[in-house]
Amino acid sequence: MGLDEFFVTGEPLIYAGMVAITLVSGAIIFLLTYFKKWKWLWREWLTTVDHKRIGIMYILSALAMLFRAGSDALMMRTQLAFPDMNFLNAQHYNEIFTTHGTIMIFFMAMPFLIGLMNIVVPQQIGARDFAFPYLNALSFWSFFFGAMLFNVSFVIGGAPDAGWTSYTPLAGDIMSQGPGQNFYLLALQLSGIGTLATGINLMVTILKMRAPGMTLFKMPIFTWSTFITMFIIVFAFPILTIALALMTIDRIFGSHFFTLAGEGLPMMWANLFWMWGHPEVYIVILPAFGIFSEVIATFARKRLFGYTVMVWSIILIAGLSFLVWVHHFFTMGAGAFVNSIFSVTTMAIAIPTGVKIFNWLATLYKSRIRTTTAMMWALAFIPSFTIGGITGVMLGMAAADYQFHNSYFLIAHFHYVLIAGTVFGCFAGLVYWYPKMFGHKLNERIGKWAFWLFVIGFHICFLPQYFLGLDGMPRRVFHIVPEWFNLNVISTIGAFGMGLGFAVFVYNIYYSYRYSEREQTGDPWDGRTLEWATPTPVPEYNFAVVPHVKEHDAYWDMKQKGETIYDESKVEPIHMPNSTGQPFIMSAIMFFASFALVFEWIWLAVAGLVTILVTMGIRSFDYDEGRHIDVEEIKQTERSARGL
Amino acid sequence: MRHTRKHLSKGLVFILIGLILLLSGCSELTVLDPKGPVAESQRDLILYSLIFLLGVVAVVFSLFIFMVVKYRDKPNRKAEYKPDLHGNRTIEIIWTIIPIMIVTSLSIPTITTLFDLEEPPESSAEQEPLVIHATTADWKWFFSYPEQGIETVNYLHIPTDRGIEFHLSSADSMTALWIPALGGQKYNMAGMENILYLQADETGVFQGRNSNFNGEGFAEQTFKVHAESSSDFQDWVESTQNSAPELTQEKYDSLLKPELVDTMAFSSTHLEWVDHGTKDGMDYSIERHRDAFAEQLELKNGQNHEHGPSGEEGEE
Repeated sequence: MGLDEFFVTGEPLIYAGMVAITLVSGAIIFLLTYFKKWKWLWREWLTTVDHKRIGIMYILSALAMLFRAGSDALMMRTQLAFPDMNFLNAQHYNEIFTTHGTIMIFFMAMPFLIGLMNIVVPQQIGARDFAFPYLNALSFWSFFFGAMLFNVSFVIGGAPDAGWTSYTPLAGDIMSQGPGQNFYLLALQLSGIGTLATGINLMVTILKMRAPGMTLFKMPIFTWSTFITMFIIVFAFPILTIALALMTIDRIFGSHFFTLAGEGLPMMWANLFWMWGHPEVYIVILPAFGIFSEVIATFARKRLFGYTVMVWSIILIAGLSFLVWVHHFFTMGAGAFVNSIFSVTTMAIAIPTGVKIFNWLATLYKSRIRTTTAMMWALAFIPSFTIGGITGVMLGMAAADYQFHNSYFLIAHFHYVLIAGTVFGCFAGLVYWYPKMFGHKLNERIGKWAFWLFVIGFHICFLPQYFLGLDGMPRRVFHIVPEWFNLNVISTIGAFGMGLGFAVFVYNIYYSYRYSEREQTGDPWDGRTLEWATPTPVPEYNFAVVPHVKEHDAYWDMKQKGETIYDESKVEPIHMPNSTGQPFIMSAIMFFASFALVFEWIWLAVAGLVTILVTMGIRSFDYDEGRHIDVEEIKQTERSARGL
Repeated sequence: MRHTRKHLSKGLVFILIGLILLLSGCSELTVLDPKGPVAESQRDLILYSLIFLLGVVAVVFSLFIFMVVKYRDKPNRKAEYKPDLHGNRTIEIIWTIIPIMIVTSLSIPTITTLFDLEEPPESSAEQEPLVIHATTADWKWFFSYPEQGIETVNYLHIPTDRGIEFHLSSADSMTALWIPALGGQKYNMAGMENILYLQADETGVFQGRNSNFNGEGFAEQTFKVHAESSSDFQDWVESTQNSAPELTQEKYDSLLKPELVDTMAFSSTHLEWVDHGTKDGMDYSIERHRDAFAEQLELKNGQNHEHGPSGEEGEE
């Protein structure tokens, strides 16, 4: 293979991308060297097992990926703005919508939420870290290197172009030749390891490490939604793992699981993909529901309405999420009976979801609403998500779905639920927990600018797409016809509004870092749950003294009774894990092994695999028992953090 | 603070006005302007569901605006504040039962329509439906009329007021036949056959396409549907039988190569030697064109928007 085949050539946009990547990496390396920060980077970040730092790294990566996949979206919207647009050719457009979808789901939505869970869940349940901190670091780094592997495809080898669903036979070795599709398979496989491990890790953490007195039905609702989500991950992700492995074997070793030749079953991929893929939708929406519940209760200064019903509706939604996957291919011809069953299960999801919407509204009833930026994101979610929800019911009506399927009606629907649900939720959560993470709030005035630009842009972008769908515009076409021009140009304007909103959001991070007032207490919003009981900056052990929980909204309860969780006389030495470079190194080796497999350099891949097994062997003989932080050090940290 | 509230209500008003403006243009949208009984039953189902669902939207939006306006924290606020209010059995039961009733009301017509769509349209039940095999190959359509012994590429003629029984299959990638004016889609898949019933009640030229992404030429895999009176259709059949060339296996094999082609007509069908809807025909195309799938079309916008002027289709 010559270099001209190895690197993607001939596309000016990609050349520009290469230049940008080189300049940015060069700048980062220069700054790290100039300020002598390499050691700091290694010691404080690359080797950390602290759940809060790992959470921050997750969120930073997710924001970077939001930028990448958002730029993809803007390029698509530019191409679709005018009927005779020739900004992207067909092939390039196909690559861009494929990477847009894949990155948004796997490398933006999930890591963003997992990042928030990392930071918040242990603090909400009064724990000092995850059950398995080493595994948590490994999860992050395998996600990170998976994301890198996927992004590399853009300049090396060529990006995948078979859609984020990668239906076979299109994604098979005949119709998608070259390494592009291998990047998809191996990058998802690599980051999937991390997701599955996080699933088990958080499940155990929540089950085993709650503060004394916190029974399951006294857990904060975000912890509940995380807990249920982890069950979905543990049951759904193995299906994806197997499906990806089978397609990888098809493509690289010539087997016939999903091929047209050799009695393959191409449609089985769609089945397996959506048996994972539909639960996946709830993996990214349930935690967002949890965030909204927390934010709304805090800023309405009121207990969450119908807590128990909220929990059971999450459990019900999670259960139903495994029973609806066929609605992604009603048009496959499974027959009226099968479609009827899946139609009804699909619409049934609207029942618990509707109940949740009414519970949020009831939480606002007789409340005292403070319209902070975080609350604005949560409030905007309610009407926007309702539109997404009812159109979801319409899509669930299989007979009507024959007209909606593969059209812009579908595109509008899932952007309405994923953006108004997941993305608003991520932004609400980030703004809400930001002072806990960085010791200062995000600027409210700039935050509201970002909010309005993004939310108005969002509706302008996606509302017209419902009508485009009803006018027969299919998804994934790289040019429009003149009849669809008006609505498309409106949609494109909205998309740029969202882009501007995101830019203002990111600027706000910089502005607030420079100018925002530093937090003196750990409780800037007058919060209700235990994470607000820790001081800011949060010490690595979170809680100097393990709190005892008596009520829902444990910290609110304590504040009402004038109690505090910190009692200097009760401080004992705290056992904490040591930092380790192994997760980073292990994941880096997996990255190289996967990269070799992408290009089908089998012996290099085998060598990589052997090295991974060796590092796992080394790990299993690791007798590091961690260390203890002594009482004096804890007292000192607490005194300075609490300003005592 | 008051400033942001003004923004909020402005935003909502904006959204509502937008909705009304867009809804007023709805009657012109293809799916809501059906030209046959199948599309009509689907349009009716969509409008029926919209009544319920817009009701839900109205309730949620009104409650939302009421809560946000009334319970904003502001100086001189008179509204009651009950921080510990966290449940009310009656109202919770009501808002669980109402969604259940709505879902039930939507399920019943959905299921009956689903079963109806598996049969030929009732309005033309006195006549046997016309059988057309619609087969895709990257990135073109073959329409074979086995009873008439003719085959067209990238365009379709059908008689009005008669059910059409499409036998859908594919020579390679998965595609879907969608003629929005006549009704919803189903997938074409290699190695299996789907049946889709459609019917046109009006004469006219309608847009049809592959709606399932299948690679580089996807956007151009469209065709025109000429719905005409049965006598005009009969004339067209006869003139095609008489004037169009015969489809040879050699010609057919070359047409299967993944690329874009113009409209064509033939006086025989490919079903004589291969039916891609069976297991035997599943790998027919990839056996012959394995390497061609690696080639790129370098397809740009503006090439091949249409398959020739609509009046002269089939005349290469």
